[in-house]
Amino acid sequence: MNAKRMDLIATIVIDLIVASVVGILFFLLAYILSAGLPHVSWSFLTGATDAFSGAGGIGVQLFNSFYLLVLTMLISVPISLGAGIYLAEYAKDNWRTSLIRSAIEVLSSLPSVVVGLFGFLLFVVKFKIGFSVISGAIALTFFNLPLLTRNIEESLSAVSRSQREAGLSLGLSKWKTELGIILPVALPGIVTGIVLSAGRVFGEAAALIYTAGQSAPVTNFADWNPMDPASPLNPFRPAETLAVHIWKVNTEGLASNAAALSAAASAVLIIAVLLFNLGARLLGSYLYRRVTASK
Amino acid sequence: MEQTNFQLKKQDAQTHEWDTRLHHATKATREDWIGRGISYFCIGIIILVVASMLWFITSKGIATFTQNHVSLWKFLSGTDWAPDQGKIGALPMILGSFAVTFAAAIVATPFAVGTAIFMTEISPNRGRKFLQPVIELLVGIPSVVYGFIGLAVIVPFMRHLVGGSGFGIISATFVLFVMVLPTITSMTVDSLRAVPRYYKEASLALGATRWQTVSRVILRSATSGILTAVIFGMARAFGEALAVQMVIGNAAVMPKNLISPASTLTSQLTTGIGDTIDGTLPNNALWSLALILLLMSLFFNALVRVIAKRGQLKHER
Repeated sequence: MNAKRMDLIATIVIDLIVASVVGILFFLLAYILSAGLPHVSWSFLTGATDAFSGAGGIGVQLFNSFYLLVLTMLISVPISLGAGIYLAEYAKDNWRTSLIRSAIEVLSSLPSVVVGLFGFLLFVVKFKIGFSVISGAIALTFFNLPLLTRNIEESLSAVSRSQREAGLSLGLSKWKTELGIILPVALPGIVTGIVLSAGRVFGEAAALIYTAGQSAPVTNFADWNPMDPASPLNPFRPAETLAVHIWKVNTEGLASNAAALSAAASAVLIIAVLLFNLGARLLGSYLYRRVTASK
Repeated sequence: MEQTNFQLKKQDAQTHEWDTRLHHATKATREDWIGRGISYFCIGIIILVVASMLWFITSKGIATFTQNHVSLWKFLSGTDWAPDQGKIGALPMILGSFAVTFAAAIVATPFAVGTAIFMTEISPNRGRKFLQPVIELLVGIPSVVYGFIGLAVIVPFMRHLVGGSGFGIISATFVLFVMVLPTITSMTVDSLRAVPRYYKEASLALGATRWQTVSRVILRSATSGILTAVIFGMARAFGEALAVQMVIGNAAVMPKNLISPASTLTSQLTTGIGDTIDGTLPNNALWSLALILLLMSLFFNALVRVIAKRGQLKHER
């Protein structure tokens, strides 16, 4: 067989492979949306779940997902910002820094179920907080920290050296330079990373099953006092999220319409994640235009 | 006399002021201390989390051997998993995990490498504009959604095709294939892009066709990067819990074939840990499974490092 024919065959094979990969994605999206969207309605999005069978609406779960997401971000963004600044600015190139980097790498490669089990062991078994929003948020923080830290470090390191020197030559401290000059320039990258990680956190379930729990007690949405047990804001109540709900409905299978129910919930989840991805791009490029004054 | 005294005093005050200015920290230095403190504190939290995670899971995981006096060899090679009756052979789960991991990697790698070649060598433009978002979307789909689709599409399909329940290693392989595909693809793309341009140009200048250039020059010099990508994909497959748990059938028996229900370390953990009581043998045995997961994740990590180092050496030579 001559080389040209081989080249043609290889090209055709690769084209077929690419077509099948694209086909898989379109099939997945089309399947979820066509199976799920017909069942999505306002009453489904806001309604209460039947505690026994899991049938009914997903109002509480949807709220829990967003609440957990906000709490997780409130905890993990400041920590990873500090850690990212450390790695980008203060860390020297020595064995200690490489140990720290390895530790972060190990944390990012741990399976999310292991992170969830650690959260379970620490908060539910040892501290006896029980299945709660706060346990879930901290477990998700563990899961989120390494990626966010690396993203922030990369964004900060990508800012040109001359900007740092300009700040220091004006007599600013390293810290002021970092916060006042470098951070705003790196902001588009950081925000994109944060929103993308929000999408990941929103869809995560394995780390939450044994930390935030698998039950969504009916909450009184008129009660916004975080200390009240019935309040949706109470951080010590168990909170089943949308992703955990999909898992639970499918594995326990008590609802007669489990398939339609989880298709609808999956469609909502997918749309939310797509919006996060889209939002990350738009927000990132908007901020980039703002801080760099380029059109 | 009086005047000189006054002058001396004034001088004194001045030297004192200079003294404080020169020997004490400026505002900027103090800011820097605070900033340094904050960033050290944050990195300290991360180190603490990693260390305590390793410590807690290891100490829980070895309790099976230190407190319940199960022999390590029996645990690793035993084929019966019935912790209530004191039988804790983890081999079925270990085999299950390795089977789905390797099968998914073997199926996914050709697809991933093909897609990566398309994105870098055949049509970089369409690759960036069209395939990049496709890959990112595939990464973004949550694992429970993959599990649900596996349950709703792949399991019934396998049931029609080969009979039985449809749950099993083959269904898990298909689900994991789609899940690791984007991981392997995007990392392979990075390593193909890192191949120096003049390698390709030299090969084309010698009259090689595109496929000859790709297969003999580009893929070869990117081998260590592609291998790293595959290992990352395998690590993801090995640690994936819910999607696998939903389609594999969760029968803790030795996998006889690819189409009968089996279980993996992660699926056994997700189904079991809530039903056991802390400190008992069934509970400790599950933590030992978690320890295996942890060690395998560390192993994959180390493997990536070794390959990266060897790849570097090759380029330097």
